[in-house]
Amino acid sequence: MSTPKAMQQPLALRLSSGTFLAIWCLLAAFPIFWIAVMSFKSPVDAFADSAWDVILGPATRAGGDGLSVLDVIFGLVVLYFAIRWAFTRLPGWVRHYCPPGLIALGWLVGALVYAIAFVLIFLGLLPMILGALNGILGPLGTPVLGMTTEHYVAVWAENEFYRNFLNSMLVTAGVVTISLTVGTLAGYGLARSGSDLAFWLLIVALVFRALPHSVLVAGYLPVFINSSEILAPIFGEGAPTLYGQPWAVIAVLVSINQPFTIWMLRSFFQNIPAELDEAARVDGCSHFQAFRRVIMPVMWPGVITTGLFSFLLGYNDFLVTALLLDAQNQTMVPAIAGYFNRETTTTDQVEAVAAAVSITAPLFLLVMVFQRQIVSGLTAGAVKG
Amino acid sequence: MKFKTFAAFVGPSVFMMLLFIAAPLVSVFIQSFQVTQPILEQVEVETCTPGFLTQTCTTEIKTVPILDENGKMITETQWVGLQSYRNVLQMDKFWAAVGNGSWNQIMQIDFWKALRFTLSFTLLTLPLVIGVGLAIALAVNNATRSIRGPIIFISLLPFIITPVIGSLSIYWLFVGDGILTTMMERWTGTNISMFAQAWTIELLMYFYRVWHVAPFAFVIFYAGLQTVNMDTLESAVIDGASRWERLRHVIVPHLMPLIIFIALIHLMDCYRVFDEIVGFRSQAHVISLQWLTFDFMTPDDAGNRAMSRASASSMLTMIGIVILLILPLRRTWRDHKGSAH
Repeated sequence: MSTPKAMQQPLALRLSSGTFLAIWCLLAAFPIFWIAVMSFKSPVDAFADSAWDVILGPATRAGGDGLSVLDVIFGLVVLYFAIRWAFTRLPGWVRHYCPPGLIALGWLVGALVYAIAFVLIFLGLLPMILGALNGILGPLGTPVLGMTTEHYVAVWAENEFYRNFLNSMLVTAGVVTISLTVGTLAGYGLARSGSDLAFWLLIVALVFRALPHSVLVAGYLPVFINSSEILAPIFGEGAPTLYGQPWAVIAVLVSINQPFTIWMLRSFFQNIPAELDEAARVDGCSHFQAFRRVIMPVMWPGVITTGLFSFLLGYNDFLVTALLLDAQNQTMVPAIAGYFNRETTTTDQVEAVAAAVSITAPLFLLVMVFQRQIVSGLTAGAVKG
Repeated sequence: MKFKTFAAFVGPSVFMMLLFIAAPLVSVFIQSFQVTQPILEQVEVETCTPGFLTQTCTTEIKTVPILDENGKMITETQWVGLQSYRNVLQMDKFWAAVGNGSWNQIMQIDFWKALRFTLSFTLLTLPLVIGVGLAIALAVNNATRSIRGPIIFISLLPFIITPVIGSLSIYWLFVGDGILTTMMERWTGTNISMFAQAWTIELLMYFYRVWHVAPFAFVIFYAGLQTVNMDTLESAVIDGASRWERLRHVIVPHLMPLIIFIALIHLMDCYRVFDEIVGFRSQAHVISLQWLTFDFMTPDDAGNRAMSRASASSMLTMIGIVILLILPLRRTWRDHKGSAH
């Protein structure tokens, strides 16, 4: 496509806009990249004065954990192909081996198998082969880059971070499923009804969206702590104490998320032509049947996008989970605050960094896989109004 | 659609919002006028220590909470009117400080300190977010098609990262002798510690928030830029409009609804600033309104939560939200009425 001559830009403008973009990308990625680098170094290196020391990690290398040139090259090659094949080959395999109709399940199993295979090869097979090669090759095989995974081992195995991970997964999965189930119904109803009531519901939802979460939690806390006494007349002896229960937190997060969910799903449903369900109604379907048989098959893009944002809300939440869950059921993000209190030695600090990177890694994957859906979700709410 | 079917579709969602948003609001409102305290009684206790000839006995009156048969404290709830609000606002100290004309004394009071920070945080980051977002969108729109995908990917990272972790990642760059602090020390030749005084922490928080939200503004503006009417742009060129004038008079008016949308969302989100305080561990220097409520609700060393003060401070936070939303809501209402007629 050639731009008209009058629209072409002078070199200076293009250069400055390019420079600006480069600076922005550096700013955007640097803090995240840097904590990832820090998490692999021994404490002395991680908090070293010079940036170069942090990257090369002389103290880590001296401690006996280092990568040779060969390790780095092989590692990068394997990583490159692993990521490439995840996007080119994996979809084909899933489609090939998966019985039709179970495609969502097939993707889950496929991704899981792929991840396990990757971990086995990258952390099990590769070090063994390279260890042997390094011994033979001499100068190429001497470690140059200090790198250690001890902090990850400490965080995940010794500090039992996997418990927090499982709690996080439980809460997030619950939030996503329930808020989508409840939200799609409401979003569909709101999109297809032009009544004043629907308008007012949306406005009230907008006001609810603006509420600071601490206001709501101030309402929950006393009730949740004393809930076994309050609910005793209804449920008798077995009345539960809601404080510290993951499912109570799921219900709270779903409701907090509802205003956003119904706004977003409504704007997606408005893009599905109403003629579609009218045709189904003419053929004798009720509203629910039309929703189930006609709308559900075409609504998945919107549902996936909204699900992503629900996932982010459940996964990233600090305030609600910190106040409403006890230590046993703590999710990952509030658990990291526990490191601040113990953070006395530099080892603790680097362990906190490793925990932070562990929390970020799934989000990184999420952006990689669902970039398009996230962008379309961000724009759907705004551009179409 | 009949009302009955509409209700069936919307019912579950409305029920959850009523139960978990509207009901807590009402209960917080009521709580803010109440105080729940353990019932105390005064007991005369005689303590004796062995002494020569006779024991030395002292009697003193102690205040102890009454326990029920399970050993739990019996609590009672009292109506105290506006007492909790007074405890949070500390108006007497406030007026005394105003009388002295001392800004620093006002800033000693937690609530006013939090309010000052929340407002300046909200209002200062707003133009920055819109400006930076628009600048990135224009620059990406200028870039060659093949690098747009990777740039969008990188730009989404700050937006999607857990807020607490995002602020921590910036905190670690500057804490103690973090590499960026060392770099600045080398440039300026002075000893810098970023987390020892309030204003540097605030600067970092502003930076973090712009870093975190600008990608959101960018993606929306970028989508908006794709729909700019090329004919209008070309006729502007023919009329001799410079690049700046085209931006000012064609592109920005086209993006105006999006700018308002982002401003509204940003006001809502910034007003409840919280995660930064946790991530930067700034509670000794800088606090926000939502953090104040959080702090009242966190159990203290004795395990008590200051629920009534938390409720009062959250009701005060609510007032701010209402003021914030009045203008946009009135506009929506007028639009709705306008479209109905």
